[in-house]
Amino acid sequence: MATRAGKNTLMMQNKPCISGFAAVAGKKEGEGPLARRFDKLYEDTHLGQTTWEKAESTMQGEVVNLALGKANLTAGDLQLILAGDLLNQCISSTYGLRELNVPMLGLFGACSTMALSLGTGAVLVESGAVQNCAAVTSSHFCTAERQFRYPLDYGGQRAPTSQWTATAAGSTVLTPGGNTGVPSVQAVTFGKIVDMGITDMNNMGSAMAGAAADTITNFFTDTGKTPDDFDMVLTGDLSQVGSDLMNQILVRSQIELKEKHADCGLLIYDRETQDVAAGGSGCGCSAAVLCSYVLQEMQAGNLKNVLFVGTGALMSPTSVQQGESIPGIAHAVWITGC
Amino acid sequence: MNLTQTEYSNMTDKASPPSKFLRNSILAFVVGGAICVIGQALINLWSMVLPEDDAKIAASCSLIFLAALFTALGLYCKLANYAGAGTLVPITGFANSIAAAAIEFKSEGLILGTGVKMFIIAGPVLVYGPVAAVLYGIIAWLLRLFV
Repeated sequence: MATRAGKNTLMMQNKPCISGFAAVAGKKEGEGPLARRFDKLYEDTHLGQTTWEKAESTMQGEVVNLALGKANLTAGDLQLILAGDLLNQCISSTYGLRELNVPMLGLFGACSTMALSLGTGAVLVESGAVQNCAAVTSSHFCTAERQFRYPLDYGGQRAPTSQWTATAAGSTVLTPGGNTGVPSVQAVTFGKIVDMGITDMNNMGSAMAGAAADTITNFFTDTGKTPDDFDMVLTGDLSQVGSDLMNQILVRSQIELKEKHADCGLLIYDRETQDVAAGGSGCGCSAAVLCSYVLQEMQAGNLKNVLFVGTGALMSPTSVQQGESIPGIAHAVWITGC
Repeated sequence: MNLTQTEYSNMTDKASPPSKFLRNSILAFVVGGAICVIGQALINLWSMVLPEDDAKIAASCSLIFLAALFTALGLYCKLANYAGAGTLVPITGFANSIAAAAIEFKSEGLILGTGVKMFIIAGPVLVYGPVAAVLYGIIAWLLRLFV
């Protein structure tokens, strides 16, 4: 059973294992620094489908199967899938996973959904309620643009603070603790809604930075750990503006991450050459970075302790048009290597 | 968190890189100017076969057609990424906003997609443009009564 440490953190006794993980990504991500880390790259952003939404669904279905294959399991071995995406009513997950015939929990945490689904899955496996489960999320630049911003061919200029929604998906397969040679989940801290009063939809990093700082502070307070105990504190996806702000807020709480901090939105693209403004974002961004580069490095023994902090901006175009500020949320998952 | 929203707003302003004002202005000036030069060239060309007033209308139509064509080819948005207001302000920007939406929402069908959402960006201009024209007309009419 998970036990509660401090106010917000759940410590795992059996330490559920991440027995399989996989990441897939699109063309632009395939031109970025992590290209060779992904299990599959799609040259055609449509994935041979007739709509962008179908393309995103296809990515999600494929990434689950890839992760299952690496865990030597099949969909029939899963008792639950925890999935989410950015689209209204989480349709990428619904249509992408409907053929799998596995009980499904749809989750929405905006870009924090990978941490949300991984954390929730870990707690369920830890409790014994679920034996094997998958946590999966995706995002697609084209589906997100048409839902949240403008038509793709509209001639607008991107603000330097804006973030580029990654076309990517990532999946983990969680199994009961005890497996050797695979990363495992040590603790989960679910975050509060933190509203910093930001109303600019083109500056979401700043809207999420407060939530990230709050969850990280809570995690360290609850567990008594310090950044020195970690090889990496991986936020996803604050990008450049949000990362700067989060670190400024953390310093006020005497937490200095320094070179331990990495951000999925800054890892997935080369900002100098790829014209992505402040960096990457989207559910698929943190999912794909975690389920490729980071977990691969953990499996190889190059990273031992990683605090994965998924961050999400919980807004909709409707709420922004009505003048509401953009609330942020962040969930932390402490992962230990082999 | 000992941080007021005003303090955070100031921190955000400092952390957010500003737009490249000078570069953007120069590019907008050059590209916007080039579109206008093309417009003038089109007027001159059409003037060879049409009366001057008709040639101006034909030139506008030609620019609209070219903007829609370049939108469909996926080139207009690439140019606009550099040109900003240079491609937004001329009549080509208006054509792009309608053509882009028409293409984008085709997947939801010709009626509920293209038909309904075609004016998702241009709509406000179509609504408030005539409203502004009517208000201007009323003011001009009132002035003529008393002046």
